[in-house]
Amino acid sequence: MENKKKYIVRTTIIIISGVFILYGFVRNETEIVRNKAINICLECIGLG
Amino acid sequence: MKIKHSLKRKLFQIIAFGYSNPYLMNFKGGKIFKGKWKQFCNPGLNCYSCPAARFACPIGALQAVNGSMNFNFSFYVIGLLLAFGTLLGRFICGWLCPFGLIQEFIHKIPSSKLKLPKIFTYIKYIILVVFVILLPILVTNYMGMGKPAFCQYICPAGTLEGGIPLLSTHPELRQTIGGLFSLKMFLLILTIIGCILIYRFFCKTLCPLGAIYGLMNKISIYHLEIDKHTCVNCGKCKNICKMEVDPVKVPNSAECIRCGECAKVCPQNAIHLGFKVRTSSISENVTVSKSKD
Ligand code: SF4
Ligand code: SF4
Repeated sequence: MENKKKYIVRTTIIIISGVFILYGFVRNETEIVRNKAINICLECIGLG
Repeated sequence: MKIKHSLKRKLFQIIAFGYSNPYLMNFKGGKIFKGKWKQFCNPGLNCYSCPAARFACPIGALQAVNGSMNFNFSFYVIGLLLAFGTLLGRFICGWLCPFGLIQEFIHKIPSSKLKLPKIFTYIKYIILVVFVILLPILVTNYMGMGKPAFCQYICPAGTLEGGIPLLSTHPELRQTIGGLFSLKMFLLILTIIGCILIYRFFCKTLCPLGAIYGLMNKISIYHLEIDKHTCVNCGKCKNICKMEVDPVKVPNSAECIRCGECAKVCPQNAIHLGFKVRTSSISENVTVSKSKD
C-alpha cells in the first residue's frame, strides 16, 4: 500500500476505534468486561 | 554501557509482564484482583483469571460481550483492538505480551529446535473466526447467553495462568474437575512441548490475538521498512528471524513480531523499525544523487 493510502486507512481506523470505544462505554460494555474479569472464569480454568 | 538489543527487549518484556501482573501475593490465597482496572483490556494475551492479573484479557472480554444476553458485538473491545493494532501491530506480541514472554522462556529449555511449516500459521485465523467470534454468538442457552469457546476449549494461557494456580489453592473447585479440564491440560502440555521445539509455537499457530494484530501489521504506524537501495540481499535477516519471515520480501508479514533482530544483523543498516516513515527520504536521496549524475 502506498504511504498516502495507508495514512488515510490508519486515520479512518483510529477515528472508528475512538467512536467504538466511546459507544461501548456509553452502553456499559465495560461493566460486562469487568464482571467477567473480577470473578473466577470457570471456562478459562477448564471447569466451565 | 551499551545493552545488547535482545537483552533490552527481554527487560522491556519483563517490565511489561510485571505491569500486567503486579498482584503476585494473590497466588498465595488463590484470589483474583477485583479493582477498576479490570474493565480495561491488556494489549497482549493474559488470562483475567490469573491471580496476579491487573487487566482483562482482550480475547476473553470480546467473547464475554459477544456472548452476553444484551449484545452480540463488542464495540468497546473491537475499538480497543483496532486502536492497539493500528498503533503498534504485532510489536505488542514481540515486546508487551505476557504469554509471548512465557513462551520465549519455555523455548530456552535445551532440545533440538524445529521450523514450522507455513500452512500451520493459518490455523489461528480459523480459531479466531470459529471459536472467538462465531461460537459465542451462535451457540447460546435459553437466556441467549453464549460461552467463551476459545477460553473453554483451547486457551493454554488460561490453564497455565488461571487454572493451575486456582485449582491448587481451592479444594472445592478441584472436586468439579472433569473431561474438559483433561482436554485443556492435554492442550497445555502440547503447547509446552510445541514451544520447547518451535519458537513461539502458540503465537504462530493458535493465538487469535496474534491473528488480529498480524493482519493489522499491514497498516500499523509502528512498522518495518527496507531501504532497497542499500540492501545487498545477503539473506542474513531472513536467516536470523525466528518467526520465519523474510523481511526484505514481506516487511509487513503477519508473522513479524517486530523483535528487531533482523535490523541488528543487517550489515548495511538497511532495516528500520519505528513510527517514522523513511521511504520519502530514501527516494529523495535517490533523486538527488541521480540529478547530480
Ligand atoms: S500471538 Fe498471542 S500469545 Fe503470542 S505474543 Fe501475540 S498476543 Fe501474545
Ligand atoms: S522480520 Fe525481523 S523484526 Fe520481524 S520477527 Fe523477523 S527478525 Fe523480528
